[in-house]
Amino acid sequence: MDNVFELQNVYKTYKNDGKEFTALKDVSLTVKEGEIFGIIGMSGAGKSTLVRTLNRLEEVSSGTVSFYGKDLASLKARELREVRHSISMIFQGFNLVNQRTVIQNVEQSLRIIGTPRAVRREKAKQMLEIVGLSEKANEYPARLSGGQKQRVAIARALAVDPKVLLCDEATSALDPKITGEILDLLKKINEERKLTIVIITHEMSVVEKICDRVAIIDDGNLAEIGEVKDVFSNPQSKAAKKLVFPSNPFDPSDVNGQIVRLVFDGTQSNVPFISNLVEQTGLKVNILSANTKSVGGIGYGQMIIELPKPAKDRQTAIDFFKAGGLSVSEVTVNE
Amino acid sequence: MSDYIKDAIISGVWETFVMTFFASLFSYLVGMPLGVILYSTSRGRLLENRGVNFVIGAIVNITRSLPFLILLVLLIPFTRFVVGQSIGTTAAIVPLTIGAIPIVARMVESSLNEVNPGIIEAATSMGASPIYTILHFIIPEATPSLLQGGAINVATVLGYSAMAGVIGGGGLGAIALQYGYYRYQKDVLWTTVTLLIIMVMLIQELGIRLSKKTRKT
Ligand SMILES: Nc1ncnc2c1ncn2[C@@H]1O[C@H](COP(=O)(O)OP(=O)(O)O)[C@@H](O)[C@H]1O
Ligand SMILES: [Mg+2]
Repeated sequence: MDNVFELQNVYKTYKNDGKEFTALKDVSLTVKEGEIFGIIGMSGAGKSTLVRTLNRLEEVSSGTVSFYGKDLASLKARELREVRHSISMIFQGFNLVNQRTVIQNVEQSLRIIGTPRAVRREKAKQMLEIVGLSEKANEYPARLSGGQKQRVAIARALAVDPKVLLCDEATSALDPKITGEILDLLKKINEERKLTIVIITHEMSVVEKICDRVAIIDDGNLAEIGEVKDVFSNPQSKAAKKLVFPSNPFDPSDVNGQIVRLVFDGTQSNVPFISNLVEQTGLKVNILSANTKSVGGIGYGQMIIELPKPAKDRQTAIDFFKAGGLSVSEVTVNE
Repeated sequence: MSDYIKDAIISGVWETFVMTFFASLFSYLVGMPLGVILYSTSRGRLLENRGVNFVIGAIVNITRSLPFLILLVLLIPFTRFVVGQSIGTTAAIVPLTIGAIPIVARMVESSLNEVNPGIIEAATSMGASPIYTILHFIIPEATPSLLQGGAINVATVLGYSAMAGVIGGGGLGAIALQYGYYRYQKDVLWTTVTLLIIMVMLIQELGIRLSKKTRKT
C-alpha cells in the first residue's frame, strides 16, 4: 500500500515576540492509503499543529513532510495550491462563508480548481445529496444546525475528489448523537471512495468508532502509534495509559482478574447496565474506574470493570454488555 | 423667505447631493483598494508585508489626522491643477475625496478584520490564492459590515461638504454660511441645517437597511 503522508523527524517551533515554543518534537509517522488514521491527545498537545503541517498551512521548522513521496517544503506557491486540491480539510468551526448559500459554499472548492459553472452546479448538487442536504441547497448556513453545517463542509471538501480528507476536531462542537452520524458518514465515504482520512480528536470514542490506526500525541511528542485495538487494549506509553484509564483506576482484586473496558459512545439509551447485569444474571462486577458523562441524557464515556472469575460468567457478562450495544474490549493493567 | 432664497436652497440640496455622491464614489475607488492592502499586508495576514503596510498606514494616518478645513486650504493648488479652478461644486469634490480616502481605507480595513480567520484558512486549504481568497471569500463575507461602514462614510462626506462651503464649495453649507451667518437670516440657517440633518439620516437609514438585508447571519 502506498504511503499518503510520510513525516520524518518533524519539529515545529513557534516564534512570537522573541518567545519560542516547540509544539512538535521529532515526530515521524506514515499515513497509508485508504485508512482512517486518528491522532489523539490532550488539548494543547500539538494535534492541530501536526495536521496543519500535512497541507502546509504550517511550515515545519525541520524534518520533512511528504505527500505521495513529494516533499511539501520543496513546492512553489503555485505547485502547493495544486497539491492542496488533493488534500481537503474540515474544521471544528465548519468555516463556511455565511454570506453564501449552502450550494454556493459547496461550489467554492470547484470554482477554485476552475470547474465550469454548469458542471460545478451539478457536482455540488450530487455532493449535497451524498451528505443528505439536498433540500437545504438554497439556505444560508446560519439557518443550519451544527451537524448540517459540518455536512456542508464535508460536501465542499469532497466535491473536488481529493485523495485525503483532514479533519481537525470536526465533531468536537457536536453532541454525541450528531457526532455518531457524522462519523458514520465519514466511514461510508472512506469505504465507497477509498478516501484516506486523517482525524484529529481529543475524544477516545471518535477514534474507537472509526479509526484503523491511531497516533497518540503528548506534549509535542509521538507517544505511541499502532492499530486502534492494540493501543487501546494494551497501552504502552504513559500518555496512552492516561487516555485509556483517565482517572486512577482501583487495583483489581486479583492480579490475574480479567479487566474489560466498556465504551458508551452516546448511541445507547440511558440504561443502568451494571445494575441490570446484577439483577438479570446475578453476576457481580468490580468497577475500577469510570469516566462517563451524560450529554442530553445520553451516556458517554468509558468504564473499566473487573469481571467475575469463572470463564463462563465472564462470557455471560461480556455478551450482556455487547447485547446492550456497548463496545467491550479487554485491557491489561500493567503497573 | 424670498423665492430667490428658496431656489438657492433647492439648488444647494442638489449641489450637496452631487458633491457627496461623487466624492464618496471616488473615495471608495481609491480607499477600498487601500483598505484591502492595509488589511492584507498587516501582520499574520495573507500578503503580510511590513514595508508596504507601514508606508500606506503612515500616509493614511497623516491625512486622516489633518483637520478637514486645513486640508481644504492646503489642497487649493492641487484642486486648481486637477479641475482648473478652486471654487465651486466640482472643485470641492477634490478635497472631499482626498479627505475621505483615509477614512474609507481604515473603515474597510476594520470591516475585513472582522472576518472569521477560519474562513481564510478553509480557502487556503482548498488551494485558493491570496487574491482569490480576498475577492471570493473575505470581501463577500464582510459585505454587510462594509455597507454599514459605507453609510457612515457617506454621512461624513456630507458633513465635510458643508464645510467646503467656507471656501466657496457651494451646496447647503455655503448657503448656511452666506445667509445664515454673514447676513444673519435665522430661518435660512435653520432650514439648511434641517435639510442637512435629514439627508444624513436618510443615508444612515438606507445604509442600515441595506446592511441588514444583506446580512445572512
Ligand atoms: N501560532 C502559534 N504561536 C505560538 N504558539 C502556538 C501557535 N499555535 C499553537 N501554539 C501552541 O502550540 C501548542 C499546540 O497547539 P495545537 O497544535 O493547537 O494543540 P492541539 O490542537 O493539540 O490542542 C499549544 O501549546 C499552543 O499554545
Ligand atoms: Mg486543536
